[in-house]
Amino acid sequence: MFFSIPLLIVALGGMFAERSGILNIALEGIMIIGAFCGILFIHTYQAALPGQPALLLAILVAAASGVLAALPHAYASVHLKANQIISGTALNMFAPAFAIYTARMLRTVQQIPFINQFRIDTVPFLGDLPVIGPLFFQRSYITTYMGFILLVISWVVLYKTSFGLRLRACGEHPQAADSVGVNVYALRYAGVAISGALAGMGGLVFIIPTSTNFNATVSGYGFLALAVLIFGQWRPWRILGAAFFFGLMKTVASSYSGISFLSSLPINSTVYKMIPYLATLVALAYSSQSSMAPRAGGVPYDKGNR
Amino acid sequence: MNRWRQLLASSAVTSFISSLMAIVVGLAAGFIVMLISNSSQAVRAFWVILSSGVADMRNIGQVLYFATPIIMTGLAVGFASRTGLFNIGASGQFTVGAFLAILVSIRSLALPGPLPWILGLSAATLGGALWGLIPGVLKAWRNVNEVIAGIMTNYIGMYLVNFLITRTVYDRLRNQTLRVPPRGTIPKMGFEHIFRVGNSVSSVNGGIVIAAVTAILLYILLEKTTFGYELKACGLNRDAARYAGINENRSIILSMMISGALAGLGGGLLYLAGAGKSLDVVDVLAPEGFNGIPVALLGMNSPLGIVLAGLFIAYLTVGGFNMQLFRFAPQVIEIITAVIIYFSAFALLFKNFLEGRLVPGRLLEREEEGEPTAERGGGS
Repeated sequence: MFFSIPLLIVALGGMFAERSGILNIALEGIMIIGAFCGILFIHTYQAALPGQPALLLAILVAAASGVLAALPHAYASVHLKANQIISGTALNMFAPAFAIYTARMLRTVQQIPFINQFRIDTVPFLGDLPVIGPLFFQRSYITTYMGFILLVISWVVLYKTSFGLRLRACGEHPQAADSVGVNVYALRYAGVAISGALAGMGGLVFIIPTSTNFNATVSGYGFLALAVLIFGQWRPWRILGAAFFFGLMKTVASSYSGISFLSSLPINSTVYKMIPYLATLVALAYSSQSSMAPRAGGVPYDKGNR
Repeated sequence: MNRWRQLLASSAVTSFISSLMAIVVGLAAGFIVMLISNSSQAVRAFWVILSSGVADMRNIGQVLYFATPIIMTGLAVGFASRTGLFNIGASGQFTVGAFLAILVSIRSLALPGPLPWILGLSAATLGGALWGLIPGVLKAWRNVNEVIAGIMTNYIGMYLVNFLITRTVYDRLRNQTLRVPPRGTIPKMGFEHIFRVGNSVSSVNGGIVIAAVTAILLYILLEKTTFGYELKACGLNRDAARYAGINENRSIILSMMISGALAGLGGGLLYLAGAGKSLDVVDVLAPEGFNGIPVALLGMNSPLGIVLAGLFIAYLTVGGFNMQLFRFAPQVIEIITAVIIYFSAFALLFKNFLEGRLVPGRLLEREEEGEPTAERGGGS
């Protein structure tokens, strides 16, 4: 769960950008910015605010900072028609440097600690249900439910609203979209901004359950989310499947010693760590024959072209 | 006067000027960040960034030393980009190369003369090529996106190398590989007599020469051979290349192999440098691989540009290292680099501005051809 939810949220973010036609390789950097601002907020106001409200506010802070971080990328790729890898790479490079630099200038060390008071021991009523209770509603985080809510919202927005239809049109054939009066620039900005908000949230959601301090890294989860996005074929429910597949493999890899059958095998622990990545690669080799990538992904929109 | 205009408007000059502008903007941004955080020391510290790379012979040597691995990974990423592939897997290829270089060099110490390091570097190149082959084959035969395959092979390579280190050349106390003794490292080629201050010798070695020669060979391959032309054609338009009778699958596989070989050799060059660096057993991807992406972008994917970009970033790195005397965090350098790369995305804007100013007719022509011009970029 702790592995899947941030991957899900960030990959959904990537989906909004890519379905609008902008590659967002900067997910990693945006996650770092979001996590940094969110954790800094918690660190500063932890004493003054109770647990869950503080977390919710921090998530908003993370989302807002993610949008801010993503805007330069949107400007370069929409207005300047620049190579979308370039500004993404710049953002990936800027984010950890900015987080470390600011942290060291503020507190002389680069780690930002926080007290984890966000765990919900059991959800009233739902936690008592058999099987699903212990699985989903005990010792959980509010962020887990948020992940599912975001998934449903994303699906509705993308497939059940005119905004979503227009967004997808911009990613498939922007000229056609423009010819019927859709504002391609505005929609691509919106796509990147949404991806920034989700990636920023995802960064915070990744840090909260797994650590008690933020060390200017999200351990490559932004790139993994990119992989989940491609594995999920740019479709919300498939992304959920891909995120869970990867999260399951990761859970097996990190908890194999608790499973007596697996730990009795004469296999080194590092081999288990490779399993999620190997499994993904194998699964991809058998599922990639028909790619459903947005057709105009990565191509700057130029009105003069046909 | 007219000749000047023509010179200024030629595309090489305008790209050079726009790169220069990106660099100036980047440095200015770094300076502003430093001013905000500590205005009293900022000027002196900034001067150190600008000047310390050439302050003495030892620092010049350090610039060359730091430049070597990022030139190699920059060449790897840049070469793949020229053939239409984004090799984000350079990090894994780099790590595999580094490990094989150390392993082979240590195991072949009994062999005479320069054989240990030559074999070590060959193994690194082969290992990197093999690791680049995986995403290449998956892309060509199974249509797997090379970005995701590259990300996966990065992690698999890192964990595999960690596992193999503990089984082979493991230093249990330090949790890293054994030191490579001087006989197994790349010779200094007399650099230790030039690049030094008193007893403090820089770590530069023959690796920089190997990197430079590789860049030249790559240039010849890309620009002067049929094979290079075929690879580039695949990068520009896959369908057209296939129509012209080029085997695109073969091109994809070969260019990923070459790209991987370059990254792997980079790993070998860094860890056989004789600077006392060992490969740590940690679950962190090698940053050198990712640093190749900005180097390639800054060098505009051309081999010679990448060498210059690598030297430039290494120059800033040395400056940032020395700037820590003034209690600034060295991450300023990465902020500067990031801003430079971001503004190199503005290159098109600068370029069109220059060309539009200097040769008014040209802009008109371009508009008629329907090429993108930045002037039309304003909102819609």
